[in-house]
Amino acid sequence: MHHFLSHLDRRWIFLLMFLAVAIPILTGVYFPVKASPMARSVFKTIDDLPEGSKVLLAFDYDPPSMGELAPMAQAFTRHCALKKHKLYFMTLWPQGPPMIDRSIAVLNKEFPNYKYGEDYVNFGFRPGNEGVIKVVVTNIKELYETDVAGEGLDKIPMTKDIKSVQDLDLIVNVSAGFPGAKEWVQYAASAYKKPMVAGTTGVGAPVLYPYVPDQLTGLLGAIKAAAEYEQTIIEHYPAQKANKDTQEALRRMGPQDFAHLLIISLILVGNWIYFAGRKQG
Amino acid sequence: MKRTIPVLIASVTGFVLVVASFVPVAESWGETAMIWFDILASIAFVIGAGNILKVCLKKISDRREGWGYALVTLIAFLITLYVGLFKIGVNPSEQFADRPWSGDYVANGSAFWWAYQYVYLPLAATMFSMLAFYIASASFRAFRAKNTEALVLLTTAFVVLLGQASFGDSITFFLPAELQFSSITSTIMNVFNLAGNRAIMIGIALGVVSLSLKILLGVDRSYLGSD
Repeated sequence: MHHFLSHLDRRWIFLLMFLAVAIPILTGVYFPVKASPMARSVFKTIDDLPEGSKVLLAFDYDPPSMGELAPMAQAFTRHCALKKHKLYFMTLWPQGPPMIDRSIAVLNKEFPNYKYGEDYVNFGFRPGNEGVIKVVVTNIKELYETDVAGEGLDKIPMTKDIKSVQDLDLIVNVSAGFPGAKEWVQYAASAYKKPMVAGTTGVGAPVLYPYVPDQLTGLLGAIKAAAEYEQTIIEHYPAQKANKDTQEALRRMGPQDFAHLLIISLILVGNWIYFAGRKQG
Repeated sequence: MKRTIPVLIASVTGFVLVVASFVPVAESWGETAMIWFDILASIAFVIGAGNILKVCLKKISDRREGWGYALVTLIAFLITLYVGLFKIGVNPSEQFADRPWSGDYVANGSAFWWAYQYVYLPLAATMFSMLAFYIASASFRAFRAKNTEALVLLTTAFVVLLGQASFGDSITFFLPAELQFSSITSTIMNVFNLAGNRAIMIGIALGVVSLSLKILLGVDRSYLGSD
């Protein structure tokens, strides 16, 4: 047994990982998720805002991290729309505009009464990384004269009276790295005392924990936190349970759970091989 | 002159931004400086594109190892640039229906959108997904408790992995809530990880202050390169 395992071809491990991910995806199986205090804090921050509050949705991620972050971004968008907040979309990543489009598709499909220009607006992408943040926190129209469609911000009902990000009530950022949540905290939320919540990848979360709870009132790290946030939305808005799209992160927990289980098993087996080999000399 | 002017620009801009942060009257100076920065960042895209062209063409003309990949990069780059720049397949926007180029270059149905959705997106997602297979292989072959430090790392990873899985708490259901995997993971992240990261961040911040001061005063000119 020891000899067999210590000489195991890595392709068997690849096959096991494939099955661990594929079977839960195909069967749709996942374990129940219990919301953590952090996910509840994120939910509460958005939910406690008065109806019609102005929320900046800054989506700084790209297709490689879409699997982890798109359900989070869509859940943020959905929750804000359930609260009838006014949404201002923007991105600092050149690959970001289609990610915004995916969230806008949620509005178009689930909230047909949401009107472009009155309830949501898309600023799109501007190059300059944190330089963009530094400008929009004092004067949005210096950098964004128009929205993505080329309409002047002075002509759009929900932007004509907005001068800067300081006029908005909350910053929601979904980020996969630089520029992202850290820069929004440093140049906007912290500098101008604006409330902010963020969602990030699993590997990106540890460096953002020092900002919680002062600069960030809540942080969602990885797909598990997104699933917890979805669970919290469903608990507070039971009608959403019928909508399968609200359970995207919850569904993705199935493959993640089985993949974690496999990795834990592989670590245990790998160490058993190591110690058994050492014992045999 | 070649070095003095860039040092002067960096120094003046830096001091303007510092003053703008503390003096409200000077806020608009900071805005102007940052808009210049954003314009330069836009130009950097053009320089980057030129650099890709230069590197790939050189590699192809020299027939260096892997020149075929450079050719693929070049063709993909030129096609993407063409369909994006000339807005191939883009319909005019609703607001400016009489202007043929008024639509967004990445609007649904455009050639750029198609390339993004059906070429870039699946390729990028696939590359990232491959990590799962390599992590699985590495966890079997490399993640060994060879010494005390490795054992601590392994135990922490073990707990966090279980804490990040939905079934983690089901395994420890018989224990008090604070001893369940999700609670222990939360403690690891909020105490040990937070303390370590905060210390690193403070260290980095002090380093940034010191380096910024050197750049602003023109003492450190390494950012200008060796020429």
